[in-house]
Amino acid sequence: MTATVADAPAAPASSAPIPPKRFGAAITLGVVALLSLVIFGFGSASGASTTFVVARPTDFFAIPSFTLPSQLAAIVFSVIGLALAGWTAYRANQRRKVGLWVPVVYGMAIMGALLTWAGAGRDATSIQLTGLLTSSLFLAVPLVFGALAGTLCERSGIINIAIEGQLLAGAFLAALIASMVGNAYVGLIAAPIAGALVGLVLAIFATKYWVNQIVVGVVLNMLVLGLTNFFFSTVMTENGDLNQPLGMPKLAIPLLSKIPVIGPVLFNQNLLVYILYVVVAVLQIMLFRSRWGLRVRAVGEHPKAADTVGIQVNRTRVRNTVLGGAIAGLGGAFFTVASGLAFGKEMTAGKGYIALAAMILGRWSPRGALAAALLFGFADALRAQLGAIGSPIPSQFLAMFPYIATIFAVAGLVGHARPPASEGIPYKK
Amino acid sequence: MKLELRGITKRFGDFTANDRIDLLVEPGTVHALLGENGAGKSTLMNVLFGLYDADEGEVLLDDEPVVFAGPGDAMAAGIGMVHQHFMLVHPFTVAENVMLGHEDVRGPAKLLDLDAARAKVREISERFNFNVDPDALIEDLPVGAQQRVEIIKALSRDASVLILDEPTAVLTPQETDELLGIVKDLRDAGTAVVLITHKLREVKAVADTITVIRRGKVVGSAEPTASQEELASLMVGRAVSMRVDKDEATPGATVLAVDSLTVVDAAGIVQLDNVSFEVKSGEILAIAGVQGNGQTELTEALIGVVSPDAGSASLDGDVITGRSIKDVLLSGIGFVPEDRTEDGIVANMTIANNLILDLHDQEPYAKGVALQPKVIAEEARKHVEQFDVRATSIEQTAGSLSGGNQQKVVLARELSRPLKLLIASNPTRGLDVGSIEFVHKRIVAERDAGAAVIIVSAELDEVVALADRIAVMYHGRIVGIVAPDTDRDTLGLMMAGAHQEEAA
Repeated sequence: MTATVADAPAAPASSAPIPPKRFGAAITLGVVALLSLVIFGFGSASGASTTFVVARPTDFFAIPSFTLPSQLAAIVFSVIGLALAGWTAYRANQRRKVGLWVPVVYGMAIMGALLTWAGAGRDATSIQLTGLLTSSLFLAVPLVFGALAGTLCERSGIINIAIEGQLLAGAFLAALIASMVGNAYVGLIAAPIAGALVGLVLAIFATKYWVNQIVVGVVLNMLVLGLTNFFFSTVMTENGDLNQPLGMPKLAIPLLSKIPVIGPVLFNQNLLVYILYVVVAVLQIMLFRSRWGLRVRAVGEHPKAADTVGIQVNRTRVRNTVLGGAIAGLGGAFFTVASGLAFGKEMTAGKGYIALAAMILGRWSPRGALAAALLFGFADALRAQLGAIGSPIPSQFLAMFPYIATIFAVAGLVGHARPPASEGIPYKK
Repeated sequence: MKLELRGITKRFGDFTANDRIDLLVEPGTVHALLGENGAGKSTLMNVLFGLYDADEGEVLLDDEPVVFAGPGDAMAAGIGMVHQHFMLVHPFTVAENVMLGHEDVRGPAKLLDLDAARAKVREISERFNFNVDPDALIEDLPVGAQQRVEIIKALSRDASVLILDEPTAVLTPQETDELLGIVKDLRDAGTAVVLITHKLREVKAVADTITVIRRGKVVGSAEPTASQEELASLMVGRAVSMRVDKDEATPGATVLAVDSLTVVDAAGIVQLDNVSFEVKSGEILAIAGVQGNGQTELTEALIGVVSPDAGSASLDGDVITGRSIKDVLLSGIGFVPEDRTEDGIVANMTIANNLILDLHDQEPYAKGVALQPKVIAEEARKHVEQFDVRATSIEQTAGSLSGGNQQKVVLARELSRPLKLLIASNPTRGLDVGSIEFVHKRIVAERDAGAAVIIVSAELDEVVALADRIAVMYHGRIVGIVAPDTDRDTLGLMMAGAHQEEAA
């Protein structure tokens, strides 16, 4: 037998698969940078200037405010954006990916162009950079908690559309209990309990009765909305003592809070924000490096495989959904006790759904959820600041900005995000 | 460790899946559990593994009665199981899959000790020559390697009884041989191996003891020296012919002419490369080859599921490529897809409706916009009887049938039209001996009635048994078309890409 296996390099079928070149991201980045150049660059009044304020009086040392010639700065920022788009295209042509620094620097450049343009020629007002970042973080708080809740549930295979309801329930109970006791911090204990209860209902319907999880989630959102509206317009309205605007003071961390820019942004916040740091860090480590996390992810991907190695699938799912609900509930405290506001009807205003988008954009990881939520928080803060300095963009457009950013980010930047394989599918033995 | 089952009985409603089954597995032996699909083998093993509770009977390990509340208990007691459908988490690495459920932790934070898991995988992998990288993702591994990961999973829990449930159902012939070698090594290392299968060749190759199960009962035991015919008749309950009885083919006019057919997939890979051949009426052309060498694309291009990037195919001189699937089917082509649960039937629909999926809008099943339930039911009953579909009613959902009966439904549907050409892709995959015999007979009958037949099969036995001519595919090309009496070694080498002259 004189067998020679025909390994024909001439046959294209035998060659290794070649991934197609993907230029989508590069084109998107390029178009946006070009628009930025035209609108912000050439659209800025020539000769005008923009003032940025960075320093706070409490800093160790003061970074002086700086003033940039608006048009030139906006053009430079836009050109940096264009260059990065070109770099992305160059890498895509080689079928290689770009580092994380590219979207980060790109985003900063385009934001820089936008800010210089918006602040051009407004000598009375200046762009408060530190304030912008501080409120970005603060506005991101409920989104981070919500996205974490979604991540926890979906990683175990349960779709949690009820984040909105869990936020609202948390906000309500936090306000109610804190008002009864007269201490805002008690609200932080009450809020997760409310969220966990909503999570428990979702978990029972999903694992015991195999009801479609999206339907249950939507129904729960309506239920919580109805209940809180009812109690708000009856009990809370009749007795104002049960719904007081209680606040939590900002707690400046010694030394750290005096670092310019970073200090006031990260280390001069209230207790809920510090809890957020801990929750994100702990969940990130636990989910990917602990026994619990490995099992949770196995349950979400291939529940039967988990069952055959002795892991209780439905118990895991119930626990995760309740824990997720508690975390979303805690995030709900942001709206009332952590913001110093009384409870109001429908005050979560769809943040739970934006949190779901943050979860997807963050690719079902706590770290990613944080980053995505910060992006949305920044968009929200930007709207507020541009509105305050009287920006040339109509306020309705500014209000849409976070949502456009959501679509843009989910569609363009994440590429192909893969959810846990068994999410939404009940586990039946 | 000695494993003994005594009088195990498991009922599902009125149906008794296991009826007082006794089984004794000695350490250091391979015990084959032989039976047709649906005979109750897997149920028995799921009882043993703690996935089901037995209604009666007991399990003894080294003469001590044990009760397993779940798979975790069974594993802790030293029983490992490799399921027919692998229980592996695809986005996880090999090491993560192996450690899942009994993870080592380290440090004050009790984080996962991946190094320990890697070391364990490497140690077992080297001991049995598995060649598995602990850091590879499961989704990147070929099926044979995934199965070795399953075995590592069981061994890493110090399994002294290893249950293999239909382990070769998804393997290529080469991978099957490798697995059987591994089974022998495990036995020699003292493991008690339970091999659940309906493949007689494998049983004869490795088993020390054979227990045959039929309809939930032990019907006998056999020595590995028993002939395949003896084993098969024990398993099916009647004499079974292992050969396909067929007369010499009498090829007529060319029915299908395929000319330079080429298919490039979405990722830009050429899946079907310039393939040309002809099939005449009254002959069976079998397409042999390891799975994934363009067979799927060939059949799908012929019936129009994928549109070819170049070349054409014609049926009785009329070009069929580029036409709608419905058009192609109604022009006289029958198609048995390779994945019957996915493409062959609609699992949630009744048998009767599955039987008219292709003709639901044609007379007599429909008049105008209305279906004709009476006609449909009548025809369904006829087909069910003709094709011996074992079902309680034609209103039963197709998904609730066993694999063999599902395939009979598919065949009944496809053969109910007057056919010029029948294309059947792996028509007997996962079927039991009795059903295989039936399917083969129907295919030969179709040939004898004058249709041209194309059989795609990864099973060399089936190819040799049915073919009047054999085309071997490799990397999207036809390496050669040979006579059915070509020896197996030559075919095997051609399946690895060698040309006929080189292989002979």
